Amino acid sequence: MKTVRSAPQPGKPRLTTSAMIASIAAEGQKTKPAPFGHALVELARSRPDVVGMTADLGKYTDLHIFAKEFPDRYYQMGMAEQLLFGAASGLAAEGFMPFATTYAVFASRRAYDFIHQTIAEEDRNVKIVCALPGLTSGYGPSHQAAEDLALFRAMPNMTVIDPCDAHEIEQLVPAIAAHHGPVYMRLLRGQVPVVLDEYDYKFELGKAKLIRDGKDVLIISSGIMTMRALEAVQVLKNDGVDAAVLHVPTIKPLDAETILREAGKSGRLVIVAENHTTIGGLGEAVAALLMRSGVHPPFRQIALPDKFLDAGALPTLHDRYGISTAEVARQIKQWL
Amino acid sequence: METLTNTPKLADRAYNIRRNALRMGEVQGQGYIAQALDISDVLAVAYFHAMRYRPEDPSWEERDRFLLSNGHYAIALYAALIEAGIVPEEELETYGSDESRLPMSGMASYTPGMEMSGGSLGLGLSIAVGMGLGLKRKKSEARVYTLFSDGELDEGSVWEAIQSAGHYKLDNLIGIVDVNNQQADGPSTQVMAFEPLVEKLQAFGWFVQRIDGNDLDAVLTAFDAAKSHPEPKPRMIVADTLMGKGVPFLEQREKNHFLRVEQHEWQLALAALEAGRQA
Repeated sequence: MKTVRSAPQPGKPRLTTSAMIASIAAEGQKTKPAPFGHALVELARSRPDVVGMTADLGKYTDLHIFAKEFPDRYYQMGMAEQLLFGAASGLAAEGFMPFATTYAVFASRRAYDFIHQTIAEEDRNVKIVCALPGLTSGYGPSHQAAEDLALFRAMPNMTVIDPCDAHEIEQLVPAIAAHHGPVYMRLLRGQVPVVLDEYDYKFELGKAKLIRDGKDVLIISSGIMTMRALEAVQVLKNDGVDAAVLHVPTIKPLDAETILREAGKSGRLVIVAENHTTIGGLGEAVAALLMRSGVHPPFRQIALPDKFLDAGALPTLHDRYGISTAEVARQIKQWL
Repeated sequence: METLTNTPKLADRAYNIRRNALRMGEVQGQGYIAQALDISDVLAVAYFHAMRYRPEDPSWEERDRFLLSNGHYAIALYAALIEAGIVPEEELETYGSDESRLPMSGMASYTPGMEMSGGSLGLGLSIAVGMGLGLKRKKSEARVYTLFSDGELDEGSVWEAIQSAGHYKLDNLIGIVDVNNQQADGPSTQVMAFEPLVEKLQAFGWFVQRIDGNDLDAVLTAFDAAKSHPEPKPRMIVADTLMGKGVPFLEQREKNHFLRVEQHEWQLALAALEAGRQA
């Protein structure tokens, strides 16, 4: 028999789900509009081989900025993700560099075989750029790509990137273009927070970067969880906890050297924080690296649970699943 | 019809392709040999009449591209690539063996002249759409030929590609669907009804011809018409073929999607093929 949830308690004030693409920027936070779209336009001015492609999600992946600037280099493939990636492979075979955009759920789940066979297996120079990574939509599992990193990590030839903010996205667009081969990039779109500019940060493909040092805790993080980690550091500081943050935007290939160097410093609890299921993402990648290398610090994971996540308002869901700033700080204090 | 004078020569090509395929089948003792025999006439016309390529330079920029979507037909394409001088004949004996450049399922990185990694059915036409768009961007005169099977018509992605090729008016695409009415679980029309195929494809904006894919004159005429058709539409050749064509005892064998042929039968098959040629 079909079971459904109980009706909510009446009278209680509630946050609303809001748009499908809810902003992850906090109120008053510094942001930039459409950093990917603008960076791609900038790149395309000097790279005539760049073309943009999407499957009916141009506006929702900031590719409309590119489409407006270069209408004849923009391919609308319709709501057909398998076609999108097969055709991207074909354009790459003819010497072009497609940036193909959709939501992370559709690239990772619906079009996986097309990406595996026509792009990765043939090592085609296609950049797969996907919005709504991890838990960045309140629409429920249909739009929540909690397992995208696990799926793309498991694909040979694929470079996998999870950027933190607008500052990083601007830098990584030319960087992934300079790298020949398939890339899966998690996209933050719309009004995107600017965080890493204050830390003199520079993106380098395949490099983890120590954003700040600290003696009690090492937080290894990617994507928006680096932003959350940096916020949590301030909370922890008030409680006398000194936390370091190692940002790992390139999930694959993993920067083993830097991770082992930082995790190998004695006396620190190592925590991997990611906007992804506990299965197969950065946390398990780091855990396996540490085990294989004989480096055994105390280790904890902050990640989404292995379950179908709820629909609702993002702040509520981030609290519920432990990836809000307050929850990150609370969990770390509890483990110390 | 000056081109029709080529037909006897094309018959020799088709014979050689079938013979190469049988010799490769013998190496493994089994395989998609019935499909290779049914598509040999199409491949003979494609490689020895319709397409532009340089055997010594399989990546020549101006070449016509040939995509093998149904990767299990690799045995047939290898037979044609050998006949075309793109793959050396002596490699025929390595078919499907360790270290071979001729794996059972076609892959781009293994074989000269193989443009895609097929095998996961339903991929080819999507790649063709991208290549067609790319060739137009480059203002290239080259065409993209895509061979796929009637069973692939069950895949939704095939129709995504068919719809988009019509949308983009990709007149540089020539699709060939092998209607041999056999897929893994039985006759294709029974596994999933796909007719009326011509009308469906026309409704998607394609120029469509349906022919007897084992009638060399008809195949040749269809390829010529596909190339010269004036409308800005993608082109499809629906080729009705006979599994095992050219070897009567294989034509009659039932359930011939993946044929197991006894060791002594390979010589019989080659002899039957030879006999049919002389008849």
